[in-house]
Amino acid sequence: MTNSSGRAEKLSSSAGSIVFDADVLVLGGGPAGTWAAISAAEHGARVVLADKGFCGTSGATAAAGTGVWYVDPVPERREAAMASREKLGGYLQDRRWMARVLDQTYAQSNQLAEWGYPYPADEDGKPQRNSLQGPEYMRLMRKRTKQAGVTILDHSPALELLVDGNGVVAGAAGLRRQKGDRWAVNAKAVVIATGGCAFLSKTLGSNVLTGDGYLLAAEAGAEFTSMEFSNAYAISPAFGSVTKTLFYSWASFTDEQGSVIPGASSKGGRSVIARALRKGPVYAQLDQAQAETQRHMRASQPNFFLPFDRTGIDPFTERFPITLRLEGTVRGTGGLRIVDDSCATTVPGLYAAGDAATRELICGGFTGSGSHNAAWAMSSGYWAGQGAAEFARQLGTTIGRQAFRRGTVGLRSGSGQPMHGGALARSVQDEVFPYELNYFREAGRLGDSLRRLDGLWSEASNAAASDEQELLRAREAAAMLATARWMYRSALARQESRGMHRRDDYPEPDDRYLHLVTTGGLDDVWTSARPLVSAQYSEAAE
Amino acid sequence: MIELIVAERCTDCGACIEVCPANVLDPGRDGLPILARVEDCQTCFMCELYCRADAIYVAPDCDRRVSVSKDEVLASGRLGQYRKHSGWDEWAEHFPNEQWLMEAVFRRAAEAAAQPKARKPGVTGQK
Ligand SMILES: Cc1cc2nc3c(=O)[nH]c(=O)nc-3n(C[C@H](O)[C@H](O)[C@H](O)COP(=O)(O)OP(=O)(O)OC[C@H]3O[C@@H](n4cnc5c(N)ncnc54)[C@H](O)[C@@H]3O)c2cc1C
Ligand code: SF4
Ligand code: SF4
Repeated sequence: MTNSSGRAEKLSSSAGSIVFDADVLVLGGGPAGTWAAISAAEHGARVVLADKGFCGTSGATAAAGTGVWYVDPVPERREAAMASREKLGGYLQDRRWMARVLDQTYAQSNQLAEWGYPYPADEDGKPQRNSLQGPEYMRLMRKRTKQAGVTILDHSPALELLVDGNGVVAGAAGLRRQKGDRWAVNAKAVVIATGGCAFLSKTLGSNVLTGDGYLLAAEAGAEFTSMEFSNAYAISPAFGSVTKTLFYSWASFTDEQGSVIPGASSKGGRSVIARALRKGPVYAQLDQAQAETQRHMRASQPNFFLPFDRTGIDPFTERFPITLRLEGTVRGTGGLRIVDDSCATTVPGLYAAGDAATRELICGGFTGSGSHNAAWAMSSGYWAGQGAAEFARQLGTTIGRQAFRRGTVGLRSGSGQPMHGGALARSVQDEVFPYELNYFREAGRLGDSLRRLDGLWSEASNAAASDEQELLRAREAAAMLATARWMYRSALARQESRGMHRRDDYPEPDDRYLHLVTTGGLDDVWTSARPLVSAQYSEAAE
Repeated sequence: MIELIVAERCTDCGACIEVCPANVLDPGRDGLPILARVEDCQTCFMCELYCRADAIYVAPDCDRRVSVSKDEVLASGRLGQYRKHSGWDEWAEHFPNEQWLMEAVFRRAAEAAAQPKARKPGVTGQK
């Protein structure tokens, strides 16, 4: 079913909807989605990419920029890079995947240089490829995606997956917000690259990231893993969105009266800040940065200074109030479980990449932010695109295949009141933002919260379908709700502290939990334990 | 959140409407984009980068609306500052991409964390 141009085919555009036919559909146009789309096209597929926002400005990378896990292929350096975060990650990583991601990231970063990304050189003329300026990188990725022949649908959030009679994914459907109509794409394989879930906390660039891809994948039966590692909180000015915690390495933290808060630190002492914030305002001042560091900070991250320059605060000489914003799975490591090297999920025809997928393979239980997540988005995007193209090729012709819409809550009418997305989102935030629930976890509090969340879910799933205006908000809120329930169920199942998951009632790591927690389900959320790959190997050897 | 589009500067190119990830703006009848859904603004500053006319002002407050005076903003020199400092468009030569300096910043951050242990107990080297 190829047409001469190699492009996805527009089938019809009757009033109210537009329909495409493609080999591969990519949902999400951040780094993971654009790499996936380009890779699928390079492997011969006709590709459509749909983004909720605008491919090129939307998502965490476009707004924030990223350090990248780019390590020269020198064995000692690679070894050091892999070893450096094993302890932080709670020894849950997989060495084979780390090595693969390092290789792939190296190749793709060099590809970016060939495409004209303006990597700077250091004083000795050596190119510096371990960070990417977000807007610049994503502007280039949009251009390359178009050049690869991919059809891009902007402002086109996916609402639900299409699945055939055998349970094979057959496309997706969604809204075109600026056209006021609907889209559907019949595809032979789908890549979920919709990013993580930051629960509308206003962390930089992340309010488009509400876990939508998780929800629609779960409706098709997909599984999740490491969802307990989803309580990353970042420091920002109390009033602002710029969550760049690294720069607070030079901060001193004080209370209302101006007394230094003992133990408070952006590294290792963030829990002290969380505790202090429960009592009253906390202030920071970047008073330990020397002049040269200050200059480098400004030159490398202009957006860090926007909230200060615009309120007339000099962050180096003046105190300003701070807060901790939840970044959920965006800087956590939980996500869709992938089952092979091509980033396939447990659902046939469904692939996952970037923050939508788990990052446990290279990060274990500790945040991959700072470098690993960006490397993962590139590599997993590339593999998922290739895997999806291959799946589509093997599937062959699908003429006459029937596709069924798999969306549930908010889309299919129940007997209750219509769902109100805004109100539901706030109720979910009330369960996931508070430090005493999510940062510092404990069985009783988690259990109570889960009961409330389960109650919200049964209400939502009995609700009448939302009207056109409310549809997106309702689905986003439902996705946040589902994500919160997988998070807390998994957090209850891990009766220890490991990585970023901290239990007040089990403050130490416990070797009996040296495994991964799988979760899934919508009406009934379940969890189960999965052995680490290394454990499987050693068992097989015995 | 986005609070202001300076009418005299706007060329009605439509870029901000197209690139805003949160779909905050609508095309207006008389040309100027309308701030249709400010409550959805995620304070990401992307619209400012794509406005070559430097007509947009995003206030730093992300959780609440603030009143913004056009005259003050015009006088402050903040319009277009982010685009300039990011080295976009005509600024590419003047403000080259120096994101790579982060490497040095990261290194020094690690050193800063390693040194004054007495003042900062419990340092683990987290990023
Ligand atoms: C402030 C901040 C700083 C960071 N710094 C670093 C760093 O230095 N190093 C590092 O490695 N990582 C860093 N990260 C993490 C990094 O940004 C992410 O890991 C990375 O962006 C993931 O890429 P992605 O393509 O999976 O998701 P995103 O870049 O978030 O893109 C997801 C895309 O999916 C779209 N989408 C969402 N829902 C739908 C839907 N229903 N339908 C269609 N499209 C949808 C969104 O609009 C968006 O365009 C940082 C994150 C933040 C928030
Ligand atoms: S990008 Fe700037 S010039 Fe163009 S329409 Fe928007 S405000 Fe006007
Ligand atoms: S700051 Fe971001 S979300 Fe707000 S209007 Fe501009 S582009 Fe849109």
